[in-house]
Amino acid sequence: MIDIFTVFILAIFVGNEIINKVPPTLHTPLMSGSNAISGIAIVGAIIATEVGGELGSWLGFIAVIFATINVVGGFLVTDRMLKMFKKR
Amino acid sequence: MEFTNIAYVVGAVCFILGIKMLSHPRTARKGNGIAALGMLIAIVATLTAGEVLDFKMIGIAVLIGSIIGGFIAQKIEMTQMPQMVAIFNGLGGGASALVASAEFFSQHNQSPSTFLLVTIILSVFIGTLTFTGSFVAFGKLQGFISGKPIVFPSQQLFNALVLISIIALGYSIVGNPLDLNLFYGVLIAAAILGITLTMPIGGADMPVVISLLNSYSGVAAAATGFVLMNNALIISGALVGASGLILTQIMCKGMNRSLQNVIFGAVGGDVAGGPSGEVQELNIKSYSTEEAAMIFDAAEKVVIVPGYGLAVAQAQHAAREVGEWLEAQGKTVLYAIHPVAGRMPGHMNVLLAEANIPYEQLKDLDEINPEFEDCDVALILGANDVVNPAARHDKSSPIFGMPILNVDKARTVIVNKRSMNPGFAGIQNELFGYDNTIMVFGDAKDMLNQLLSDFKEL
Repeated sequence: MIDIFTVFILAIFVGNEIINKVPPTLHTPLMSGSNAISGIAIVGAIIATEVGGELGSWLGFIAVIFATINVVGGFLVTDRMLKMFKKR
Repeated sequence: MEFTNIAYVVGAVCFILGIKMLSHPRTARKGNGIAALGMLIAIVATLTAGEVLDFKMIGIAVLIGSIIGGFIAQKIEMTQMPQMVAIFNGLGGGASALVASAEFFSQHNQSPSTFLLVTIILSVFIGTLTFTGSFVAFGKLQGFISGKPIVFPSQQLFNALVLISIIALGYSIVGNPLDLNLFYGVLIAAAILGITLTMPIGGADMPVVISLLNSYSGVAAAATGFVLMNNALIISGALVGASGLILTQIMCKGMNRSLQNVIFGAVGGDVAGGPSGEVQELNIKSYSTEEAAMIFDAAEKVVIVPGYGLAVAQAQHAAREVGEWLEAQGKTVLYAIHPVAGRMPGHMNVLLAEANIPYEQLKDLDEINPEFEDCDVALILGANDVVNPAARHDKSSPIFGMPILNVDKARTVIVNKRSMNPGFAGIQNELFGYDNTIMVFGDAKDMLNQLLSDFKEL
């Protein structure tokens, strides 16, 4: 259990370091991109479709839909935005 | 299992690299692609982990989600980006809560450990709160719900009681995991709390709320990671949680407000109260675009200050044309972007990038403020409170202490406004009465187009 806390704490520090380096210009893509990353719940949702019995699998089904919207929509819209940032 | 865990680490590394590459517009797009690749790796690893999965069911869900997500991503207007992020925050939180709920229903009669129950309750609580809160935020941004703070008597006492009841219910669940009513109680109470915490927050404070909900959606994913003992969720959740929190702090600093003040203050409506004291008479000089064009003609360095009013008037493209014309005359043109210029962090930059304004010309607060000293013309387009010098010296002003763009240091300040209506903070802007300020009234788009044709006649 302590392993998993270590991972969590270290990830927060890494997150702090790299996110502070993102310039204000890119804060909106950062947000939509991190939206997409929080769609990682899809991994849990896929597992949930088989562990929870009848009810659990339906909850997992809805969770997969939600998380997929996040993942697909988040990465695509971030790409659409970043495409617009052009050099002179 | 070993293979799956390695794949999760690879996925997490891709996310970290992806965010790292967001540190420059040049590498950002590739970074986003790497993060997406990381997600694909994590998903494929889960599907091929050897568990007995209902692939048909998962396939249908992924298809539905992809169609909806892809459709939104293609169709959404850049001005509506805050609404979209609000919805996605909500869905992320919702997905985490659903996964934790599924885990609860499968484990609650198998004598689950206290650790498992506590993490499930946390995940359901934060995820559900994020879900309902985000939809309220969406409603406010979209105009379905009034942007004004919605308050009722003893609201904070009510919220405190709901929070205490969630803790009490959670404690009871740990003692008696078989009683499903306790679990439903947490679910309902968290849903209510998400609504009552977001309702009193005014339209102007939405950038803070969206950032905060973004952070919550990450925390919910991390909590679910603890439920499932899954490193991929824990690392990604921590990254998103940290990201949202940092953006929340930046937004609070941009408005000179503490987080507590935003959440519990119930200010920042479209017109919040208005000035209590006397309204000072401003001596305003109103110019035509023709006269303004002559001032531009004599200028060497021009700073354009876009506010959200510019985006509402869909005048970004007209602003770019004016900027390009000035540059073609050999003048230096820069754009000053205040941290809270748009409706979410970095929103104004996206709106200007959409109008093909190169990112090198977009300067943030710290970069641009020294530039005003030797700036000939500062052109204010639909910005108000973020250029009000009262924030620097008037202790009685509601915006005192807020970091502002020091446009008044420019030789001439040209302010375009539709009318003399005050901004979000509901206060008059003394800048408009300054000796070096001239006003050009009218719709931003019409005014800029008129200016452009006046340039060509000079």
